[in-house]
Amino acid sequence: MAYFPILSFITFLPVLGMLIILCLPGTQEKLIKGLTAAVTATQVVLAGIILHSYNYSLSGVFQQNSFQFIEKFRWIEISGLSWLGTVKVDYFLGIDGISAPMVLLTALISFIATLSSWNISKSVKGFMALFLLLDTGMMGVFVSLDFFLFYVFWELMLLPMYFLIGVWGGPRKEYAAIKFFIYTLVGSVFMLLVMIGLYFSAKELLPNGTSAFTFNLLSLMDPKNYTATGILSPLNPHNLRFVAYIALFIGFAIKIPMFPFHTWLPDAHVEAPTPISVILAGVLLKMGTYGIIRISYPIFPEITRQLAWYIALFGMINIIYGALCALAQKDFKKMIAYSSVSHMGYVLLGMASLTTVGINGAIFQMFNHGTITAMLFLIVGVVYDRTHTRGLDDFGGLALKMPVYTFFVTIAFFAAIGLPSMSGFISESFVFLGSFSVDSIRIITMFSTLGILLGAGYMLWALQRVFLGKFNEKWNMLTDLTVREYLMFIPLTIVIFLLGIYPSGMLNIMNTSVNSLVDFMNKMPANFSMLGKF
Amino acid sequence: MEFNTIYNNLFYLVPEIAVSAFLLLVVLADLILGNNKKLLPYLSIAGMLVAGFCVMNQMTFSGAVFSPSGQSKSFGMVTVDSFGAFFKLLVVISTILVVFFSFSSEEIKKSTRRQGEYYTLILGMVLGMFLMISATDLILIYLSLELMSLSSYVLTGFTKLKDRNSEAALKYLIYGAVSSGLMLFGISIVYGLTGSTNLYVINTLLQSPQINMLALGIAGILIFAGIGYKISAAPFHFWTPDVYEGAPITITAFLSVASKAAGFALLARFIKVTFVSSVAPSGHWLLIPVFPWKELLIVISILTMTLGNFTALWQTNLKRMLAYSSIAHAGYLLLSVAVLSNQGLVAMLVYFAIYAFMNLGAFFIVMIIANKIGSEDLEDYKGLGYSMPFLGVTFGMFLVSLTGLPPSAGFIGKLYLFIALVDANMITVAVIALLNTVVALYYYIRVLKEMFLSKPTGEPVSLRLSPLSLILILVMLAPVVIFGVYFTPVVEFAKSCITILGM
Repeated sequence: MAYFPILSFITFLPVLGMLIILCLPGTQEKLIKGLTAAVTATQVVLAGIILHSYNYSLSGVFQQNSFQFIEKFRWIEISGLSWLGTVKVDYFLGIDGISAPMVLLTALISFIATLSSWNISKSVKGFMALFLLLDTGMMGVFVSLDFFLFYVFWELMLLPMYFLIGVWGGPRKEYAAIKFFIYTLVGSVFMLLVMIGLYFSAKELLPNGTSAFTFNLLSLMDPKNYTATGILSPLNPHNLRFVAYIALFIGFAIKIPMFPFHTWLPDAHVEAPTPISVILAGVLLKMGTYGIIRISYPIFPEITRQLAWYIALFGMINIIYGALCALAQKDFKKMIAYSSVSHMGYVLLGMASLTTVGINGAIFQMFNHGTITAMLFLIVGVVYDRTHTRGLDDFGGLALKMPVYTFFVTIAFFAAIGLPSMSGFISESFVFLGSFSVDSIRIITMFSTLGILLGAGYMLWALQRVFLGKFNEKWNMLTDLTVREYLMFIPLTIVIFLLGIYPSGMLNIMNTSVNSLVDFMNKMPANFSMLGKF
Repeated sequence: MEFNTIYNNLFYLVPEIAVSAFLLLVVLADLILGNNKKLLPYLSIAGMLVAGFCVMNQMTFSGAVFSPSGQSKSFGMVTVDSFGAFFKLLVVISTILVVFFSFSSEEIKKSTRRQGEYYTLILGMVLGMFLMISATDLILIYLSLELMSLSSYVLTGFTKLKDRNSEAALKYLIYGAVSSGLMLFGISIVYGLTGSTNLYVINTLLQSPQINMLALGIAGILIFAGIGYKISAAPFHFWTPDVYEGAPITITAFLSVASKAAGFALLARFIKVTFVSSVAPSGHWLLIPVFPWKELLIVISILTMTLGNFTALWQTNLKRMLAYSSIAHAGYLLLSVAVLSNQGLVAMLVYFAIYAFMNLGAFFIVMIIANKIGSEDLEDYKGLGYSMPFLGVTFGMFLVSLTGLPPSAGFIGKLYLFIALVDANMITVAVIALLNTVVALYYYIRVLKEMFLSKPTGEPVSLRLSPLSLILILVMLAPVVIFGVYFTPVVEFAKSCITILGM
């Protein structure tokens, strides 16, 4: 196949769209929406092409030659001085089994979110421009293999997200937007520090025989590259790797969001407009767990193993605490938001098992949570658009008036509960299989399964309160789904069932990589034997 | 010194001579032209261009001139090196921009009759800064500092339109007088201890052990008070908010960039030349163990940035907020001196090169908006993002860059600073500085919030930008955007400019 920079294209296409939109007059709302839809649809097509030509046998993770669709160029090169060395930053993109599902997810969810933003009426131009910038940021995070690049994309999303919540959000939008911004920025300044620390700890061999400090994630994974004196180098007896790991983990944990850093999420979700909630739950939360698997795990394998129990513990807290909070909510959207906290707990639990099954389950759960929660938020959006209220107790018997809608709601709810034949079931059972097989976290796993029970509780209770029971005559004028809403729900429903019945479609993509990641992590102690002092 | 030596040495002072010549030209033109003052700003710009051209020539060579009698040629009163050239260039660029600002400033336009003084004083400040950047003799340091300060006191109260104006000038003068008095006292102690005012001579003397450490310590703190006042480091920053708020915006912008740059150049050179015995191959400076500069600077910088950032949170006047923000930036910049290494120097130059554009840009937009709506209150910025979308978006970009979020150039400045800090193993300091960035985000983003998230209160005002303003904004925005994505040029340039001629 002739070389085509497909990853750059899928990443920067939205920026291109944004620039075109900025040149259009703001009154051309139809055109702007159409263009955004076209851009995101193209992304879906590109993601399809990536999936089609994806080589299932290549592992990636820590070997550059087994990454796919690699693009690597020197981006910044500052010639060396005796005391500074060469500074170089690569424009390094590539995907493997860990990032491929996320790329697919991002493309799909962005497209769906575009459709759901069709009835945005307040300055459409600004909304779509910021939305596309956000899209680039998300896609960039999942495809970049250079820490610097990763960080730039990671931060790139903050500003658009701030405005998207702050301008188009609900009554407390300003509070929610700034809370989201500050929380995430605190996390990312820690990440920045770890990034600089890592940069000074590892040197990459250059083709001309000299070596230079590097931001390249793959070079940072290789213990051979570490210098004897670097502050985050395992060879340095006084290294700060433990502290750095925790700082980095907090950076990612805020995004997941992991208890106790989760308080921004309900606020952000409740205030954000529907498409942004969809993006937030569908993609943004995944960046936290993705970051841990992509960066924390292979760069700090020895500390990950030490702390796996705690990660599992926090996973359990997330699951149970999130579920209990969801049970207590009276606001439909807030309930879904807390269910996200709970479901992301499964991801943490699966990751903490450090087994192939568990991590496979975690990544699969990331994808499934993305699609299922996106659907749940769309569901809230549909009813909110029509009634401008989200109170769970304000409705009742909606099934009579909106049967098709209720059909999709039931599918989404059951998928979220984890009913067999739907995707959520597979990933959750993989997570439990993986974590149950590890002695140290078996008890935690057993408690975590309570989350499923609670999940069924809040979901079914909500279903009952809103859709069953006595019809509330106040909502007599409600209409069922429109064609556009069908278009949003059908693809997600198909994906949910398809992956429930034929999970191998997704599992095969990640299996090789996850295997190799687990191998890599278990193999490490030999080289890192000097570690573990902490 | 005989005439010949002086004559030969003058070659090193060409930029300063050019500035002086144009200063006199402006005075003359002001007298001759009578009421037609149109030519004066162009004359000042021409002067700056000539000076800039001369400075460019200094990029490649270095030397110390006007040595005290009996000393070898390397002990000079004035030192010309690439470090100095960098800062002179920065001063030249910001002066040109500020003169262009003055074209479109309503405040300055109102005082047509006294335009001559305005440009003369600006050139006077430039001359002071040039000398300050190159000075390696305590007497010259003091004189150049005074030259710059006196010009800026007058400029602060220049418009005389508001009470605040004169109040600011008076405050500035009083604080300035006190701090330069302290500095002069410090200088006299140093002279008493070493018998010399030449920094190179003092350096060699300090390396011998028979120095009264207490007296030297007091002198060091006193001299730092003088410099700290110029760069508005805490606890010498009290004048800054009042002066920045009271002065015409053009002058505020000028003070916050050019005068600060000169102050930092002086501080770095003073420490490097006087107190550093040698530079290790790793780029770290070996301090003569007579004065704890590192600890002092770290404490001061943390104090400065924390104070600046937290006080900025409560400000409702944009000029005042930017004043506190510039105090906070002085804190970050002080850290780049505190690491006492070549890496820190690179960070400082990169930071300044970027800071100049983003800060001037922010002030310029505040000025344009103030010209239109007659206010700098945050309250009046509600909904401005919709009535003036171009200004809103560009102002947003400058503020994002001041916060230091990627992919703006401000991030690169911060990145290099933190790289220098981590390299010097100052992790705790780096963490404090980073958390400060988060605080800074809150007040910068508050402006964006008012502009874009709040509903406009009054009638929407629309604004037609003059082509000159548009070009100026784009000129300042370009580096902020480009260096954020591709920062090789600015870092390469900074790296080539870190030669401080010293021991």
